Amino acid sequence: MVLVLVEQTDGKVADPSLQALTLARSFAQPVDALLMGTAADLTQHGVSVAHVAEHVALGSFAPDAWAAVLHQLAVSLNASAVLAAGTERGNEVMARLSARTGLPLAANCIAVSPGPPVTLTRQRWGGSLLEEARLNSERPLITVAPHVVPIEPAPMPAAIERFAPELTDSDLLVRVVERVAAVGGGISLTEAKVVVSGGRGVGSKEGFGMIEELAGLLGAAVGCSRAVTSAGWRPHTDQVGQTGTKIAPEVYIACGISGATQHMAGCKGAKRILAINSDAQAPIMLSADYAVVGDLKEIVPAISAEIRKSR
Amino acid sequence: MRILACIKRVPITGGRIVLTEDSRAIDTRHLGFTMSPHEECGVEESVRIIEANGGDSVVITLGPPEAVEQLRDAMALGIDRAIHLQTDGQEWDGETTAAALTEAIRADEAASGPFDLVFFGNESADSGGFQVGARVAFTLGRPCVTGLKRVAIEGASVRCEQEVEGGRDVYVVPLPAVLTVKEGLNLPRYPSVPGRMRASRKPVAVNTPSRPDSRLELVRLVVPEGQGRRAEVLGSGAAAAPAVVEMLRRAGVL
Ligand SMILES: Cc1cc2nc3c(=O)[nH]c(=O)nc-3n(C[C@H](O)[C@H](O)[C@H](O)COP(=O)(O)OP(=O)(O)OC[C@H]3O[C@@H](n4cnc5c(N)ncnc54)[C@H](O)[C@@H]3O)c2cc1C
Ligand SMILES: Nc1ncnc2c1ncn2[C@@H]1O[C@H](COP(=O)(O)O)[C@@H](O)[C@H]1O
Repeated sequence: MVLVLVEQTDGKVADPSLQALTLARSFAQPVDALLMGTAADLTQHGVSVAHVAEHVALGSFAPDAWAAVLHQLAVSLNASAVLAAGTERGNEVMARLSARTGLPLAANCIAVSPGPPVTLTRQRWGGSLLEEARLNSERPLITVAPHVVPIEPAPMPAAIERFAPELTDSDLLVRVVERVAAVGGGISLTEAKVVVSGGRGVGSKEGFGMIEELAGLLGAAVGCSRAVTSAGWRPHTDQVGQTGTKIAPEVYIACGISGATQHMAGCKGAKRILAINSDAQAPIMLSADYAVVGDLKEIVPAISAEIRKSR
Repeated sequence: MRILACIKRVPITGGRIVLTEDSRAIDTRHLGFTMSPHEECGVEESVRIIEANGGDSVVITLGPPEAVEQLRDAMALGIDRAIHLQTDGQEWDGETTAAALTEAIRADEAASGPFDLVFFGNESADSGGFQVGARVAFTLGRPCVTGLKRVAIEGASVRCEQEVEGGRDVYVVPLPAVLTVKEGLNLPRYPSVPGRMRASRKPVAVNTPSRPDSRLELVRLVVPEGQGRRAEVLGSGAAAAPAVVEMLRRAGVL
């Protein structure tokens, strides 16, 4: 049996967890799920038993407590492998599980075959490079890269069983003590259907005026490259990329961005990429769908004017 | 206070990743190197905390002899001294890296006292194992908070903030602690020329641990499909604007 940690946001099972449940079936064994605190309907996702951990302290997120619960359940069920989604929480809980069990962990996998030894494909460089690896372990610990493995429905009873873990004070030392709500305003980078992004080619902080103007006309969010945040032209919250935000809009407009792999790691989920660049040989020309060659300082205002004209 | 920052030397791959002939590594012959932006923020935060409170800041890396360049970069930002765990250039996995770092931390602490904080990147830029910080923290028996965008020392505790969907999650843990951080935590300073000069004279302690076998064993690397297509050119200069608007309309966003 393979055990999968299933995360929920606002009472709904998160897609990356459903993707992890799909990949878990590669082991060709029954799949059990662990839910923290609240039950959820997993009857379409190939789950034999959904174990619901119940403990007064599981009300707010405590990563060591989650690792302890996962550990206790994996041992009591004698799970042959443990998986989770490669989300922030999934990765951090599995890292803590690997530390406390002394087992190796393969993060952000996109394919697994059961072996032994288990062979797998995992992401490096934020997905810009793949690694094929062998995982020599009596209980493979694996996280599944989000939004790569398609969710495949598989109707199963998913019987619900309650589970009462034992938690110590040290499991609860690290826990969320407060949630500060984001100050609203503007369109969020992750949710925008269109993102207009500027790179070093924009030239200055003031240069972003024309990027903002086009974004405003399109109801788009403004993004940028790391060259821009390092220069202090935009806040890091606008940065798209491996060490910034990962986005998947309908359209991504990259103005004066060369297309470094670390930038593209953040926007390759976009349905369409338009590159506006003065260099017809810029690397971004090999990962964009459309290109306009020339000076963005002429092209971007011309697009804004054309949109206004067409209204 | 005593603060340690852990950094890893990685290539700056630019627009296209090229592999070595045996596909087991990136061909770095024509590339520059750096540390991850996450780790650079860990270095900057260490320097700021020591500037504010006084004490000793240390940077450590496990890497080839050339990784001394990244240690010097960290010292140019203001770190006082460095520990270099030298390798022969072979990669170490997360488990073995954590073990080597833990041993070096214990040795330094035995000589100079405990580190109040140890900073890691949330994940390394190249291998992205998402684990070394948590492993070191567990072995040292210290609380570990991950993925931080804000860190503030409050007496004998540290208040930590994580960016999450819809806001920030706050943690408060006692010192000593292990923190993994992300770019955006701060805006690292640009190294000054005098900073670079001073860095070239700061001490680097060298050690050569031997590499245990990895249980997560790299077989080969593969550049994913999708790189290497060609963009459809909609035109050049301002004259391309109507074609762009047409494309946006077809995409259903106008
Ligand atoms: C570990 C690591 C993580 C990283 N993470 C990120 C990340 O999350 N996000 C990120 O963006 N980067 C990241 N980087 C940095 C990345 O490698 C690049 O350095 C960065 O993306 C370059 O930004 P840029 O394209 O704006 O600048 P440049 O590479 O300097 O490109 C500027 C482009 O603008 C064009 N241009 C100039 N003038 C004009 C004009 N007038 N009109 C039109 N075009 C013009 C040029 O032809 C050029 O193509 C990371 C690097 C590392 C090593
Ligand atoms: N070879 C290394 N030397 C020093 N620190 C490292 C090394 N590898 C990883 N780290 C640290 O551990 C963090 C997480 O790495 P990883 O678990 O590989 O994602 C990195 O951001 C670094 O701070």
